[in-house]
Amino acid sequence: MAEPSALSSPPPRTEAPGDVPATTPAGQPSVDRSGIGDALRALELDTRLVGMIGALAVIWIGFDVLTGGAFLTPRNLWNLSVQAASVGVMATGMVLVIVTRNIDLSVGSILGFTGMVVGVLQARLLPELWGFDHPLTWAAAVAAGIAVGGMVGALQGAIVAYLGVSSFIVTLGGLLVWRGAAWWVTTGQTVAPMDGLFKRLGGGFEGAIGAGPSWLVGVAAIVLAVAALLLTRRRRAGFGFPVRPLWAEAVVILLVAAAIVGSVLVVNAYPLPLPVVRRMVEARGLSTDGPLPLIAHGFAIPVLIALAVGVAVTFLASRTRFGRYVFAIGGNPEAAELSGINTRRVLVMVFGLMGALCGLSACIATARLNAATNANGTLDELYVIAAAIIGGTSLAGGVGTIHGAMLGALVMQSLQSGMVLLGVDAPMQNIVVGVVLVAAVYIDTLYRKGVK
Amino acid sequence: MTEVSLSAAVAPEPPVPLVEMRDVSIAFGGIKAVDGVSIDLHAGEVVGLLGHNGAGKSTLIKILSGAYAADHGEIRVNGEPVHIASPRDAKRCGIETIYQTLALADNVDAAANIFLGREKLTAWGTLDDHAMEAEARAVMGRLNPHFRRFKEPVKALSGGQRQSVAIARAIHFDARVLIMDEPTAALGPAETRQVGELVKQLKQEGIGIFLISHDIHDVFDLADRIHVMKNGKLVGTAKVSDVTQDEVLGMIILGKCPPGATPGPGAMA
Repeated sequence: MAEPSALSSPPPRTEAPGDVPATTPAGQPSVDRSGIGDALRALELDTRLVGMIGALAVIWIGFDVLTGGAFLTPRNLWNLSVQAASVGVMATGMVLVIVTRNIDLSVGSILGFTGMVVGVLQARLLPELWGFDHPLTWAAAVAAGIAVGGMVGALQGAIVAYLGVSSFIVTLGGLLVWRGAAWWVTTGQTVAPMDGLFKRLGGGFEGAIGAGPSWLVGVAAIVLAVAALLLTRRRRAGFGFPVRPLWAEAVVILLVAAAIVGSVLVVNAYPLPLPVVRRMVEARGLSTDGPLPLIAHGFAIPVLIALAVGVAVTFLASRTRFGRYVFAIGGNPEAAELSGINTRRVLVMVFGLMGALCGLSACIATARLNAATNANGTLDELYVIAAAIIGGTSLAGGVGTIHGAMLGALVMQSLQSGMVLLGVDAPMQNIVVGVVLVAAVYIDTLYRKGVK
Repeated sequence: MTEVSLSAAVAPEPPVPLVEMRDVSIAFGGIKAVDGVSIDLHAGEVVGLLGHNGAGKSTLIKILSGAYAADHGEIRVNGEPVHIASPRDAKRCGIETIYQTLALADNVDAAANIFLGREKLTAWGTLDDHAMEAEARAVMGRLNPHFRRFKEPVKALSGGQRQSVAIARAIHFDARVLIMDEPTAALGPAETRQVGELVKQLKQEGIGIFLISHDIHDVFDLADRIHVMKNGKLVGTAKVSDVTQDEVLGMIILGKCPPGATPGPGAMA
């Protein structure tokens, strides 16, 4: 939200002519036009987003110093992002669930269950139907995972919405039910290996798109971001609403572009391992005697999936009726009902979406493991909820952002990955993650009080 | 007041009421909150609905606004029987409600609240926030010309500003019937006067208004007629010009119907 503009001093930047109030309305603090504060306000940056990026930077630099430069390497950052993808995908859905004043404790178990379904489908059922390594196997498996997850989620949502059982209880039951169901799919057997194309969803060197396509993705992302910013600006100006000053718009565009170009440079600076390159060269029938070429990983497919999900759910949350209703229900369920919103249907859709995203995450996790096990996703519910909460989603409902939750997932993964690099043992890792979660929520509470 | 007597003089046949609730009852767990109540409202008329806490006036009005479904009875709009099973149905009939609690989603901004459930969409089917903000600015400009805080969640607004948002939501969609449930309960004197002005203005525009209040002075200032309820039943109906405030207090407290009023089923024998 933009801060109230500095009204007491002339003239308050680029307000449209009809919009400049003659007097300071009561309740709005008059702010001095001090240089930096004013410039930051003109940028209309989300202060809590800036704070989170700052915290992430501190964590990254801190670990880099502690590990003697082993943290901020293309290789570690690339792996970090791949490991965060599965939780990141689910965290986007968890934001919507928590915003409606609900919770979903079953996401890890849904992931386990749908992962088994996806695994059995591609490793046993589909090969019987159309043979191994059929080009459509991966797509059918993903579609099935999303569909099964969506149905499981919608079922739980229907129990919450129409039978009035609290979501805490329904999904606590779901945590046990779907973990048990995951075991029943194969009576506990692990299913492996996965389909060749499907495996790419999990990352690894087969699951990276390479340097050229990474640049294409980066350029496309910049073009889209700039187009979205400028379109919004034109629409606002067309209605005579206040818009950011041009310089601020340029700074925002530059920041966005720098972030995108930076991430392309990082993923393109992580070369494939030499044995892999040698095999690739041999596969083309070329000689491997001379110096081998450096081939970059580029973006990992699971990371691209997570980013695409992030953009899609952000769109859903902020640009559609469904998203508006999700937030309205979280802000005041009674008001939403009295406004004629079918709140029960919206809840079923929210839980259905959460389940579908678990199905997608199950594909990523199963592909990364190259095996479907019934323990896959154990404790993920805690990481997903923690990511959403660290990302600024309020358990009281009504407040939360998708990008915050994805950054939260990255923060959690960074802590874990950094501690692994430092050789911290697993019990200590859990202690640190637990303490950070509580501390993050406490800082957030202070921040919210400060904003009011 | 003069308008009512004038229109009565011009048209000797009473015109079809804008809204009519006939013999409406609702019970919660065996307790009849509203018991066989019939009330009506004409275009351009302000009708006060009076009664103690628990008299059933808010429940009756929630039936009209679609929040509750009546067990028994009929609702007519312009003489046509209508079925109101949800707030959406009521809005379709042009019945808008300003709830005592305001029923605002505190975490979203004024425009989002005004258009809640009736969002404007772009050709792509996405929310047209800019168009909604433009209309919100127009309607808020009419109610509260100093209001500027369109980008803030409404929980950041003052009581009067929040009230303006709730009123804006009710009047923006060509309401024919406006239900105001204790509209001034949370307001200061200046804001109360502002709401009074607004009621008069809306009345001029031909909107029928149900005013629910336990402040009898407010009602005498603004209403043309009153319905008084007690224990879920209608005590009586009167033109404010035909009764005194003391007589109305007697209706509210004792259920005693004065000679100037038409007694209902709940009147003390």
